[in-house]
Amino acid sequence: MAVTEKAMHATNGHTSPPASKPADGYTIIGSRPVRPDGVDKVTGRAIYGADVRLQGLLYGKVLRSPHAHARILSIDTSKAEALPGVKAVVTGADLPTAADKVEDLGESAINLKYLSANILAHDKALYHGHAIAAVAAVDSHTAEEAIGFIEVKYEVLPPVMTVDDAMADNAPILLDGLRTDEMGEMGSKPTNLAKHFRHQQGDLAAGFAAAEVVVERTFRTETVHQGYIEPHTGTAQYNTDGQVTIWASTQGTFAVRNQTSEILRIPVSQIKVIPTEIGGGFGGKINVYLEPVAVLLSKKAGGKPVKLVMSRTEVLQATGPTSGSNIRIKIGADANGKITAAHAELYYEAGAFPGSPVGAAANVVLAPYAIDNLQVDGYDIVVNRPRSAAYRAPGGTNAAYATESVLNEIAEKLGIDQAHIRLINGAKQGDRRPDGVQHTEPIGLLETVQAIAESDHYNTPLTGKYQGRGIACGYWNNWGGKSSATAVLNADGTVSLNEASTDIGGSRASIAMQFAEAVGIGYEQVKPRVGDTDSVAYNDVTGGSRTTFSTGMAAHNMGVEMLSQMKERLADVWEVDAVEYADGEFSGGDNHISFQEAAALIYKTGEPLMVSSTVFPRSFGPGFSTQLADVEVDPETGKVTILRYTIAQDVGRAIHPSYVEGQMQGGVVQGIGWALNEEYIYNEKGQLLNGSLLDYRMPTALDLPMIETILVEVPYPGHPYGVRGVGEVNIVPPAGAIANAVANAIGSRMFELPMSPARVLEAMKE
Amino acid sequence: MAKKVMVQTVINNDDTTFVCETRQTLLEVLRDELGMTGTKEGCGNGNCGACNVMLDGVLVNSCLVLAVEAEGRTVTTIEGVAEAEGLHPIQQAFLEHAALQCGICTPGFIISSKALLEQNPNPSEHDVRLWLAGNLCRCTGYDKIVRAVLDVASAGQAKAGA
Amino acid sequence: MQAFDFVSARSVDEVVAALAAGGERARPLSGGTDLLTQLKEGRRAYETVVDLKRIPELMEIRIGTDGLWLGASVPCHLINKNADIQKMYPALHDSTGLIGGTQIQGRASLGGNLCNASPAADGIPNLIVHSVTAHIAGPNGSRTLAVEDFCVAPGRNALQSGEVLVALQFPAPGKNFGAAYLRFIPRNEMDIAVVGAGASVVLSDDGQTIQSARISLGAVAPTPLFVKAAGEALAGQPVSEETLEKAAQIAQEAAKPISDMRGTIAQRKHLSGVLTKRALRIAIDRARGTSTVDSLGRLNGNG
Repeated sequence: MAVTEKAMHATNGHTSPPASKPADGYTIIGSRPVRPDGVDKVTGRAIYGADVRLQGLLYGKVLRSPHAHARILSIDTSKAEALPGVKAVVTGADLPTAADKVEDLGESAINLKYLSANILAHDKALYHGHAIAAVAAVDSHTAEEAIGFIEVKYEVLPPVMTVDDAMADNAPILLDGLRTDEMGEMGSKPTNLAKHFRHQQGDLAAGFAAAEVVVERTFRTETVHQGYIEPHTGTAQYNTDGQVTIWASTQGTFAVRNQTSEILRIPVSQIKVIPTEIGGGFGGKINVYLEPVAVLLSKKAGGKPVKLVMSRTEVLQATGPTSGSNIRIKIGADANGKITAAHAELYYEAGAFPGSPVGAAANVVLAPYAIDNLQVDGYDIVVNRPRSAAYRAPGGTNAAYATESVLNEIAEKLGIDQAHIRLINGAKQGDRRPDGVQHTEPIGLLETVQAIAESDHYNTPLTGKYQGRGIACGYWNNWGGKSSATAVLNADGTVSLNEASTDIGGSRASIAMQFAEAVGIGYEQVKPRVGDTDSVAYNDVTGGSRTTFSTGMAAHNMGVEMLSQMKERLADVWEVDAVEYADGEFSGGDNHISFQEAAALIYKTGEPLMVSSTVFPRSFGPGFSTQLADVEVDPETGKVTILRYTIAQDVGRAIHPSYVEGQMQGGVVQGIGWALNEEYIYNEKGQLLNGSLLDYRMPTALDLPMIETILVEVPYPGHPYGVRGVGEVNIVPPAGAIANAVANAIGSRMFELPMSPARVLEAMKE
Repeated sequence: MAKKVMVQTVINNDDTTFVCETRQTLLEVLRDELGMTGTKEGCGNGNCGACNVMLDGVLVNSCLVLAVEAEGRTVTTIEGVAEAEGLHPIQQAFLEHAALQCGICTPGFIISSKALLEQNPNPSEHDVRLWLAGNLCRCTGYDKIVRAVLDVASAGQAKAGA
Repeated sequence: MQAFDFVSARSVDEVVAALAAGGERARPLSGGTDLLTQLKEGRRAYETVVDLKRIPELMEIRIGTDGLWLGASVPCHLINKNADIQKMYPALHDSTGLIGGTQIQGRASLGGNLCNASPAADGIPNLIVHSVTAHIAGPNGSRTLAVEDFCVAPGRNALQSGEVLVALQFPAPGKNFGAAYLRFIPRNEMDIAVVGAGASVVLSDDGQTIQSARISLGAVAPTPLFVKAAGEALAGQPVSEETLEKAAQIAQEAAKPISDMRGTIAQRKHLSGVLTKRALRIAIDRARGTSTVDSLGRLNGNG
């Protein structure tokens, strides 16, 4: 294990960027070069979704339901169509009938009829903000006026807003055809419970019987949004020859192509998706919302391109979010703090259509610990909120919050240090996840706990009466997924690298670095670009913390292949049996030339050289993170201030440490927002009240300290450079760490997120 | 459609005349009429700072300025920040510190940081965080952004002291 | 946003004429940070928008022996960086440093904040504790109004058809004067006040007795609240935590908040007391030139 501790607590005199030095044994990996798209992004030249400008562009707007739950009786668009400047109006009636089958078109599976109904409501509006109709006009103001002229008649139905509402006897039913999948058996009655599944290991009753201490608690977490700063956009042109072009700000161009194809029943071969730069996703830009609507509008408008851009209110009302949840956790431990049994029940709100991240949550909930006797029950429940979307380690934050809170209560009861109880129980190679999957390769959970226990932060005492300190651990599975790329050797010795993983956080750099490392050339010699769906083979979404892992693997493979082909070509030219390559030099017989000279020679003497790689790694290294939070509570207002925060994360191998640190810091700050202030607030009619960035309170720069990072490197053996996904696991522990810190500060424990000032104040009264 | 008016401004040191509707914001005109899409829209309500520009040298949300209000004013956008000899030191610092991930908030942060350092060349960490509190970033957790701005400030101080 | 005619007025007369002609369908535009948001969201719609920012009187900061003349449209950032204002009218300085964020302060004005008449306005309690008089021009000439009488209901002010707020007049502060404005928000910036509290005091020369005081609360009633009784209860009292507690209790009782997504009745009642005390502590510190409390008005970083 290698631990790189960077003492970054104080900024005094430490403002220059960290030195850019490669890791031991590497020439590129571990250094910190400027990203290839950097200059465009600091000068405003980079083109994002809403920046697409085309000849004859029309501007679209979507009419959304003011009701959380309503039957659509009629829609009259005639007045909107008559408004000067309006070129097209569409409603759900313009959508082809979708197939009633479940498909995985992005990162998670969904029934196609639900996917279609989410784009434009079919017969029912299922949440406040559900898309009902859309208009394309010569400018955005005209389009906005036009949607005001669309007349919709609704039969308003009672809203079903929470797990408890949805599971109540005689609860109004959202989806007429929905039946419960009860551990594989389909139910016969209409229901809002889409699924119940269970993981079991060992003997639960015996485990609890052996416990010295048993703690059982119920937690509630609220719906939160990914909060990317770029609102959703979609621009499309339906050409008169039936060819469709979509400009998309998306985590996956092929996911957009597949979803659009299924919703509109257009063959994928007729759809080209061109990626723009993407202004944040965090899982929320995998589902399509606007792209198929833009295609429909463009078709109706005679092939003129149509751009749709959501307002922030639309983003909050109708996209994302991730599930609110009710979670019950019961954990037993012996007198030494060893967990003897654990039972978790996870009730997740899927939003209007089945598909909450409860499946992933069921793996996260107990995964940091080796537990012989356990049971996890997961419930996927529909409610009148937006269809939930992936959000960074989907489902994980809620689940870990509950587990980590209960674990600290056990530690307190037994008088065991909160880091120590995690060392006692921490999972290691050979242990199993709740669903039985074994960690066959090395994992770094214990190393991250140890790194926190040894950190300057953990060994610096608190100084105030209302200060508190909390630790939490987190797990995320990560993903492999399919990646495709090509690399062209240019005559000047540079390489054009064409890949298809849209770059949200600097992945062009980490992919180019892996290619450069494999080939032994400079990072600057590699010119990466993100291609459209016609330019590379299928590529999965930028999600699941997979891009630097899988697309990086493809880059490595191409580097190896390119060198091999170059050697063969040089052997032919030089008429020698074998060519060697070392330290940037090819040699064979008496010939010695640089990489650059070799590239020129290959071009002069034969056909151009291009390599490609497609990969689908089935195994990948999970991520673990242990985090330490210090807070101070204002006893008169209940406001929580984060004083200090340290993350230790097993990153496998940090290709570009600055961007790894950035992932860790960014994920944690999202988690801090989730823990303290972010929540969807609905009125009794199910209307979202806080649909703005004023009242949906994401952390500002002034709400935070510097976030200290400790990069623990336990290389994953299945990747040529030991890479593990680093993007997601960081958001799993924060709510638990902060909950533990707040409990430590105020002397009583809270069971609800967010821990907003009013709630903290209430907890302090108890 | 509503009637249009002509507006004369100076944008990034260039005399610029445009025609717009009175209800169009400066942000809309910059992006949709003038093709200057470097200034971003994140919320449309002054809550995120992605659309920040300088109006007569004062930091403002361009989503909360009517384009007609720019008559006779000077406007500085992200497209006007780089200098003839290359990137502005703030832009360079953002690159070297990896102070951006998705980059959508970056133009707003750079404009805000420039405005800060013009009036307070030696800010504390708290000064930077307070000044930038109206610029939301969801990717970075602000750590590297704050460091980048402090780095530019300390480099400027070093230069001033030399 | 509905289309409108835009009038860039150059004089108060021109504004009054345009507003009188437009009636209910006309609206003055100052910094626009509230108005543009309302127009975009369709919460308000006008046929005429009259820009005030090119009228010299409305953009003026004039400090004389009789106090401060603050043009209604002066943006917060100019007020906030004025060193004389910081010394003479510290609660005004506080308010202009925390309305919105930096870029909102580049545009937002105190006149606009007052006319918008939000119960939670961060700009109004400071005006009340600084005993400000509003100067109003209209078709029938000019008039003045005590600022605490300016807001009449949420989003509604006392201006009659054709009238415009021209300036805010601050009386010269006497000696041993101190004032502060504080608000409670869940984040540290960029939120609407859950509760806001302004306080001003005049102390005896030895700094031990409160000669007079004014207290104002935001976000606890349909309009920003002038809690006259709390100030009166302090007059003639020694500076002590007990005295402040008494004023805080009166303020808390005067608060008649509602529960909404930003706060509950109980929370707002509680905070009314907490913030009144904290604002008073800072005001007293400033009157004395001491610093016994932190920037949030807390003793020892706690209560």
